[in-house]
Amino acid sequence: MNVWFSKFANPNRFLKVSSVIEPWATRFTFALFGVGLCFSLFISPPDYQQGETVRIMYVHVPSAWMALFCYTVMAICSGSYLIWKHPLASIIGKETAPIGACFTFLALATGSLWGQPMWGTWWVWDARLTSMLVLLFLYLGYIALQEAFDDRVRGSRAAAVIALVGFLNVPIIKFSVDWWNTLHQPASVFKMDGPSIHSSMLTPLFLMALAFKAYYIWLLLVRVRSELVAGKVTRWKQRKVAD
Amino acid sequence: MGKFLEILKRDLRLAFHQGTDSLIVVAFFTLTIALFPLGIGPDQEILKESSPAIIWVAALLASILSLNRMFETDYEDGSLELLCVQPITLEVAVIAKILGHWLTTALPLIVISPILGFFLNIPWEGYLGLLASLTLGTPCLSLIGSVGAALVLGARRGTPLLALLILPLYIPVLIFGVSAVDALIQGNSPQPHFFIIGGILLGGLALAPLATAAALRQAVE
Repeated sequence: MNVWFSKFANPNRFLKVSSVIEPWATRFTFALFGVGLCFSLFISPPDYQQGETVRIMYVHVPSAWMALFCYTVMAICSGSYLIWKHPLASIIGKETAPIGACFTFLALATGSLWGQPMWGTWWVWDARLTSMLVLLFLYLGYIALQEAFDDRVRGSRAAAVIALVGFLNVPIIKFSVDWWNTLHQPASVFKMDGPSIHSSMLTPLFLMALAFKAYYIWLLLVRVRSELVAGKVTRWKQRKVAD
Repeated sequence: MGKFLEILKRDLRLAFHQGTDSLIVVAFFTLTIALFPLGIGPDQEILKESSPAIIWVAALLASILSLNRMFETDYEDGSLELLCVQPITLEVAVIAKILGHWLTTALPLIVISPILGFFLNIPWEGYLGLLASLTLGTPCLSLIGSVGAALVLGARRGTPLLALLILPLYIPVLIFGVSAVDALIQGNSPQPHFFIIGGILLGGLALAPLATAAALRQAVE
């Protein structure tokens, strides 16, 4: 079966495309972080209730979005790897996992730092926090399973299956604040009747979210490229030994 | 259907002959539960309140411990490959394996749980709830666990890896299993919790055999 994105499954074509995208991703990352940090640290007003601690949100919310986004990318890649057997899909999934795990950890850590002054506790076992913790373990399980086999293909396939199984958790995280009465506040940006945050705070939030996304693309391309190069080096070494 | 029963009978016969496996799981379950009163202290009130959670957590851990038995021996002696070429859909064969695993490892836990509840001073109203929630919940554990058991075949450090993969996925069953018992003890209706566990069971029955069979196919490839 051939689909339109099959042509990008060729590693060499991917490298060509990525060499065009990568410098732009780098530039966007620095520019967006520069502007976004200016907005979130200086220009945006402190909250009337939370004071200056509201600025943690500009890191916390984008990393939480990225945590879910990365897992979704991983699940899509795993699905297309299992269906069409594109090795590149497996590499993208594999290289996304540690980045996603770091974003998840960052979301948990910044949330905890914010929770101490606001809620009076570092951690509560509410639905959103618990399901994010589960997400972190799903990432770690995926990475561990990938590394657990001597045969790399076996590891990639097993990890792809567990990524798809664990994807059930993503909608649970997204809607946990709506389904359960939690201490974590419900969604306030993506709502049917528009965001309930003032534009002076929404602007830095979106700038930071875009900066995080650009940073992810930059990092992913670097990681995929080095993985492809590492594969080439291994094959070259094996050929040398064989000769 | 005949093949389904044959696979089930084979597993039961094997478990019966090697009897110790079920016994070890029961012993582990009992011992884990016995650790809690020793750790928490013999305060009857605290034990009474936390007993459903203690029994459920012990059941989860015992399930993880028993999971590597589900396909491991078949994988090692090659009968898994034969299972894959049987004139029966692998997904159906997987359900037979899961049922066999549940009958030999989870059922003994359910049978012994009222005695352990007795030791933990669980309130009278909780007994039926505990039995019902375990009866409904442990098949979910076997179903979800089968995916992990199939995935780690041939992996280094199988059992710890299995725990890392599967324990996070067990959490919903734990939450609603304990909530059902707690609701009964507090005199509320346990129905919504049982409905959700039932939903997980049906969803697992539909999806887990597919994932497990896919994992088994690539394990024997």
